[in-house]
Amino acid sequence: MKHLLLALCFLFTLPSFAAEPETGTAEGAKSETFDPGKVIMEHVADDHEWHFATLGNEHTGTHITLPLPVIAYQPTHGLSMFSSSQLHASETHTYGTVKLEEGKLVSTDGSKLYDFSITKNVASLMLSCVVLLLIFTTVAKGYRTRHGAAPKGIQSLLEPIIIFIRDEVAKKSIGPKYERYMPYLLSIFFFIWFNNLLGLTPGAANLSGNITVTFMLAMATLLITLFSSNKYYWSHIVRPPGVPLWLLPIIVPVEIVGIFIKPVSLMVRLFANITAGHIIILSFISLIFLFKSVAVSPLSLAFGLFISMLELLVALLQAYIFTLLSAMYIGGAVEDHHDADYQMGYDDGSETTHAAH
Amino acid sequence: MDLITPQLGLLFWQTVLFLLLLFILTKFAWKPIMASLREREDSIESALRMADQAKIEMQQLKAGNEKLMAEARHERDRTLAEAQQMATQLIETAKTRATEEGGRMITQAREAIQTEKNAALAEVRNTAAQLSLDIAERILRRELTDAPAQQKLVEDYLKDVKLN
Repeated sequence: MKHLLLALCFLFTLPSFAAEPETGTAEGAKSETFDPGKVIMEHVADDHEWHFATLGNEHTGTHITLPLPVIAYQPTHGLSMFSSSQLHASETHTYGTVKLEEGKLVSTDGSKLYDFSITKNVASLMLSCVVLLLIFTTVAKGYRTRHGAAPKGIQSLLEPIIIFIRDEVAKKSIGPKYERYMPYLLSIFFFIWFNNLLGLTPGAANLSGNITVTFMLAMATLLITLFSSNKYYWSHIVRPPGVPLWLLPIIVPVEIVGIFIKPVSLMVRLFANITAGHIIILSFISLIFLFKSVAVSPLSLAFGLFISMLELLVALLQAYIFTLLSAMYIGGAVEDHHDADYQMGYDDGSETTHAAH
Repeated sequence: MDLITPQLGLLFWQTVLFLLLLFILTKFAWKPIMASLREREDSIESALRMADQAKIEMQQLKAGNEKLMAEARHERDRTLAEAQQMATQLIETAKTRATEEGGRMITQAREAIQTEKNAALAEVRNTAAQLSLDIAERILRRELTDAPAQQKLVEDYLKDVKLN
């Protein structure tokens, strides 16, 4: 499929390619060669400044950026806070004892450095938190001011989603104890959804496609699952009912690994889906620069637009999947199992297994 | 690879900000929103239940009304029939009494007439006897001389006597 696509693009551009002789490469092939991999990785990765656009040449042109605060803690030099523009002002990207190397902060003397900078992703995270707070306090205010009345405006837009999360996700996956977990489920759903959408806006950061963010969210689900688990959850892990004794050495390690596989799958799924979407869109746009031709742009833009539309769906879908799976994991931990329902005993598992089937 | 290496700083900020967000949203958004939603659902449910109850009550009321109406109609019919019967009875009684009274009066009148007739007859008889006596006396007293004179005399006397 990919090869076919490339061949197609190539066919489209062939005439213009031939018509345009090598003009740009004359002054230095090295600096002019376009490396899509590098550009794409720069776009999906975190940065110490918020870069919007570059006018002109990459080295000599103007960069339109928003400098962000750098907060670095070095056990040997203490805490230092300064604007990231200070790093870029110097030729060696150094300010004090802090040096920016390959997008990472390091100490000039090689000692340890803990980077707590407000990076592009952190700034985006703060922005999304403000947006979420503004929107949902407005919605809550709507309920207060129009007490008992029908919803209105943004309230009526978000109310069906909230009710959907409550009825279709929380109630069905967790059961009667769903109410305790509603704030968490609603928070992760809207946090992931809004950040997915924010990530799709041009110039924005790729927050929900960052492994650190998805790791933290998956960790939160894991901790909530573990802290709300009951004895049935653990008894099903260390002594699954109805499993023959000789199978236990295989089953129990698998069950224990499963506890950690679940959040890892959550983490990787969200990270991979969102980052992949960004990479695909950027790849299509990179085609224009790869072929150095405007003629590719209609095709690139058409595919880019199509993937963007798909990403809008994926943004909602991934938020829903993350929330649903979190709810199911929590539901599995708080569920009351009655062994009588399974008609399973503990002393002779193999016989009762046959009986159960 | 950079892409899958967690960043300490971002993890720190993400944890702090997400927990803060979770806390604030729970307190100021999710709790009030969930409470309002539940309240509204409860009120809708109770309104529906009340409507159902009102419907049942209406039906009961209607049935009661119909029963009352039927009873009233029955009562009216009964009263009317009673009144009619009473009126007929009254008329009957009045008629009987009137007939009786009439009969009695006729009898009385007849008796009175009989009495009066008897009295009149007795008086006529007395008067006739008296006249006869008077005439006889005068005749006897005048010692009759001639026959014509006697005739004349008798006629005169008879003129005097008016037979009523």
